[in-house]
Amino acid sequence: MALEAKNIYFRYNAKKPWILEDQSLKVEKGERLALSAPSGCGKSTLAMILAGYLKPSAGQVLADGKPLPAKGLCPVQLIFQHPEKAVNPRWRLRRVLEESGGLNEDMLNAFGIEPAWLDRFPRELSGGELQRFCVARALMSKADYLICDEISTMLDVITQAQIWDVVLRETSRLNMGVIVITHNMHLARRTADRILELRP
Amino acid sequence: MKKLNRRSKTVLLSVIIVLVLTGIYVLGIFLPEDAAAGSFLEAGQSPSLEHPFGTDALGRDLLMRTLKGMSVSITVGIAASLISAVIAVFAGIAAASGSKYADAFINWVIDLVMSVPHTILVILISFALGRGMKGLLVGIAATHWCSLARLIRGEVLQLHTQQYVAVSRKLGKSGGWILVHHLLPHLAPQFFTGLILLFPHAVLHEASVSFLGFGLSPEQPAIGIILSESMRYLSAGMWWPAVLPGLMLVLIILLVDRLGEHLKMIMDPFHAQE
Repeated sequence: MALEAKNIYFRYNAKKPWILEDQSLKVEKGERLALSAPSGCGKSTLAMILAGYLKPSAGQVLADGKPLPAKGLCPVQLIFQHPEKAVNPRWRLRRVLEESGGLNEDMLNAFGIEPAWLDRFPRELSGGELQRFCVARALMSKADYLICDEISTMLDVITQAQIWDVVLRETSRLNMGVIVITHNMHLARRTADRILELRP
Repeated sequence: MKKLNRRSKTVLLSVIIVLVLTGIYVLGIFLPEDAAAGSFLEAGQSPSLEHPFGTDALGRDLLMRTLKGMSVSITVGIAASLISAVIAVFAGIAAASGSKYADAFINWVIDLVMSVPHTILVILISFALGRGMKGLLVGIAATHWCSLARLIRGEVLQLHTQQYVAVSRKLGKSGGWILVHHLLPHLAPQFFTGLILLFPHAVLHEASVSFLGFGLSPEQPAIGIILSESMRYLSAGMWWPAVLPGLMLVLIILLVDRLGEHLKMIMDPFHAQE
């Protein structure tokens, strides 16, 4: 039971240079892996490929031994760096959460979401508050793997700590495999069991 | 009295415009048929208190005829622009969401229709379908959807690149679900604004094609018919059959155009501060 990337190659088209060349990695269920590399090395591209948003030019992504499904719920969920882009600006946040499943009070408490926020629009919340909704939405979908692509980079340290507290607690409770993408080595050491440096 | 803010003022003005337009429409519909029936004793009178718009060469009261004509024009305008706008939404979404070939084909059709002057195309279609209301409606509806379809295609293409649409797909939502819940609500303001701004075009084309004799039949009290009849008597010094109904037409068009602008300000967040 693992999320596996086998010999991933990626470029946008045949005239462009390779962005990823022969990258492989493996995350067991319940394991946390940190991916670290300088900017521009293709960390986010790899995240998009692992979550099925992009198709690799060569190589394959296997979740529990099967390729990612083209339709239906993807077993790998990705949380983006900018939460305000990842929610529909015309939806109230209750609807944002309900897109991935039914709400209940325990979950809201676990994610540190105040019930009053549910009836607001995304622009009426701060980045940290919105990111909690994105985390909650990804975790409520009952996916098996979670990829966090710089999810706390734009937050202040206190909010960062709160978000990671929620992510670590909930993913270990659900026994999810987690990939933490960051260029903050301290954060990588603090959150992950194992650190993988991407070769440029 | 508390001073109204700009938004409330816009809403209030829009409501007044809608009331005026509906008033003219309803008045035109409920006027009895013989209200515009004339007698030759009163032929060719200039505007007076009894006949505010004067009478035409057959002695018919021009105010009544204009009101009747306006309600015909408004019917044609609403029906044609509604059909046009719906076609535009379907074509735009199909172009943006379908295959590359569908996109190329729809763009080609849009270019084709837009490359022919509207009036000529409306005349052709209207004439081919035997003129009258049906020919006009089809002609106008078939020619006015292009620019709105382009706009909607662009909007949908842009929405498809949004992260929240991609997330929705990965949460297992189908294309149809995303269309209804993510895309259509974003398109609603474009649709309604486009619909209302199409209306003046539709009415003007109806009037001009009827004026040229390829649209509504001569016994119908349409604005275009009144104007084309007035041409014959203009040289005899009868200015009122041309000027007053013409002004009425311009007034209606301006009102609807203003209504469209107001609606844009109310519904589109990027214009909300204007």
